[in-house]
Amino acid sequence: MSFVKLTTSALALTAMAATTAAARDQVQVAGSSTVLPYASIVAEAFGENFDFPTPVVESGGSSAGLKRFCQGVGTQHTDIANASRAIREKEIAACAENGVTDIIEVRIGYDGIVFASQLDGPAYDAFTQSDIFNALAPKVMVDGALVDNPHTQWSDFNADLPAADILAFIPGTKHGTREVFEEKVLLTGCEATGAMEAMIAGGMSEDDAEDACLSVRTDGKSVDIDGDYTETLASINANSNAIGVFGLAFYENNTDTLKVATMGGVVPTTETIAAAEYPVSRPLYFYIKKAHLGVIPGLKEFTEFFVADEIAGPDGPLAEYGLVSDPELATTQAIVSNEEIMGGGS
Amino acid sequence: MTDASLPASSDAPHRASLMQADARTQKRKAAEKRFRMYGIAGIATGIFFLIVLLVSIVSSGMGAFQQTFINVPVFLDPAKLDKNGNRDIEDIKKVSTFGYNPLIQDAVLQQIEQADIDTPLTKRKDMKALISASAAAQVRDTVIANPDLIGETVTFRILAASRVDGYLKDRVKREDVERDKNIDAAHLDIVDALVPLGVIQKTFNLAFITGADASESRAESAGIGVAMIGSLFMMLVVLVLALPIGVAASIYLEEFAPKNRWTDLIEVNIANLAAVPSIVFGILGLAVFIQFMHLPQSAPLVGGLVLTLMTLPTIIISTRASLKAVPPSIRDAALGVGASKMQSVFHHVLPLAAPGILTGTIIGLAQALGETAPLLLIGMVGFIASNAPDGIASGLLDPNSAMPAQIYEWAKRADPAYYERAWGGIIILLGFLISMNTLAVILRRRFERRW
Repeated sequence: MSFVKLTTSALALTAMAATTAAARDQVQVAGSSTVLPYASIVAEAFGENFDFPTPVVESGGSSAGLKRFCQGVGTQHTDIANASRAIREKEIAACAENGVTDIIEVRIGYDGIVFASQLDGPAYDAFTQSDIFNALAPKVMVDGALVDNPHTQWSDFNADLPAADILAFIPGTKHGTREVFEEKVLLTGCEATGAMEAMIAGGMSEDDAEDACLSVRTDGKSVDIDGDYTETLASINANSNAIGVFGLAFYENNTDTLKVATMGGVVPTTETIAAAEYPVSRPLYFYIKKAHLGVIPGLKEFTEFFVADEIAGPDGPLAEYGLVSDPELATTQAIVSNEEIMGGGS
Repeated sequence: MTDASLPASSDAPHRASLMQADARTQKRKAAEKRFRMYGIAGIATGIFFLIVLLVSIVSSGMGAFQQTFINVPVFLDPAKLDKNGNRDIEDIKKVSTFGYNPLIQDAVLQQIEQADIDTPLTKRKDMKALISASAAAQVRDTVIANPDLIGETVTFRILAASRVDGYLKDRVKREDVERDKNIDAAHLDIVDALVPLGVIQKTFNLAFITGADASESRAESAGIGVAMIGSLFMMLVVLVLALPIGVAASIYLEEFAPKNRWTDLIEVNIANLAAVPSIVFGILGLAVFIQFMHLPQSAPLVGGLVLTLMTLPTIIISTRASLKAVPPSIRDAALGVGASKMQSVFHHVLPLAAPGILTGTIIGLAQALGETAPLLLIGMVGFIASNAPDGIASGLLDPNSAMPAQIYEWAKRADPAYYERAWGGIIILLGFLISMNTLAVILRRRFERRW
């Protein structure tokens, strides 16, 4: 009876699975969708030039990646977490709780965060951080008083901006990009417009005021995008007035549909970001589980290859794709080759 | 109703002629006609949207089956590829793909000079925008496989960069190019001049159907082939596990199990499991197979196990339905001539129910083939550019993706060239689904028995 045969083979299959379970011979990476393109370029070149198998790179956001990274030591857990922000104290603690104590932090370079809108839409060429704050914060300064955000059009608070309805698609909270957006745009804008001072004067503690500065209005003018930049792009394509937050590399691949906004009069390019003229940029990181070095074949080689001059240097394929290469790459290379863990020691 | 109106209405049938429909009959007929119109309108809407869907899939996706190639003779310079001159394979391997790029760029530049094209791009580095990043790997692999070629001039058919390909497919427009830092109008002039010479050619792209995924800097070399193998291995696991378990469970429940509260409970739960969202099975798979049983991440084996759990209820329900459809007289006759219960089931009932079971299994497999959500959690969605597996074991345990997961991954990527590939992948996936469903229909038509 073929039924009996099938059952036997099924049992054999399960048995085989159980015996070969422990081995893993490729590097497993998860995390930021901003770092994903860079990591996949490196993984591909690594697979081509080394005898190790091509590493697997998953996306899902910095927080999700670090969470998986911190779940424990062992081949069933990821080796590397990509992040578009630095790891948080809370996450280090969560890691330590699961036995992931020795983490190597590697900064691979910088990435610009750009505001872009539909090519045929209004031109947003006079943005400052204050404008974004005025448009998106729940409470803003109007005539010297802190009030609920009354603005519906960009021209309401800055005559240089077009009379277009405010609509912004910003990264959701699971993205590392969100944190940079909050700190480099909203907080700066909050301080510049005097809203923060007004909050403190109104009886808030400094920490509370800072938190309040980072919130966005909830009346539908600011929309969180939890998916990838392609989702933001689709939303922009459907709304001619909307602005969206993108990584520089994503924008540079979609110049046929997107128009970039300037920030403080500076157009975002790899050059202006490297020269620190364009204000909204952030470092990109990956984190290595030290306990996996020497256990997972090719992990050390992959990480060293990632930060090598020919890859992450100013003329390498990462820079070509849109990464602003780190001027202190040599230090990073030393950290990787010496396996220096975070917080000193080795 | 008042009494006065009663005689008037009971008189009405007498006055009506059989040849002429009275008002009420006309109303009923009109209602029926309207109802038919609603039905036709419903079907027409459905067909309309189906056509729109198919047309948009085919028109967006056909481009992926064509790709632009550059035919170029490359001089494999011994001074660069084998500095020691001893043709030692280990020394040759030390030259990374970065060492091959200048050779290819020189070769393309030479073609442009030979064709006498007037262009401001006269430097080796300017050629970078025309050539796919995969070209260096292609040349390097050829050299490593055959080191004797060093020193000779070999003609390669390398991929053109995705922007060049997009230009020949009308995706990249000249007016947009000035804002694009990846390519200039001067490059497009070169492309225009090289196409009639046959150096740059747009041809059928087999690599899309057989190839592996590629990183974001080289959309032109991405293919769905390895993901297809991943899907195949998952379906193998599903078939090998879900069919026997499902059939055994349904035979027991249908033929042997006593009818009591426990079997009722099990039945209800099987029906409920069939309606559980597939992502739940993904979470279960992550917790049980990867974190508890320590099976490897991203492996088709785990994907197959998760999809087995998802497909089991479908198979059990359809198997039970086809077992039920076998008339009791068959069982009674078998038992009557002295067969045991098991003999009556395996010799008579099961073969008669087989076509129904098979159809249910194929439909369940087709459903599993198109499933993405549970794969998200077990690491089968992402950049997974593994090679084609060497055998069954590596096919099951090496990281791989699946067709729908690959399509999802492509749809998320920055380069617009991936958009086209996502649609192309949908065409291939739909092809598989349609053929599986057709097979199910054919099997049912040929073997189904009506009692």
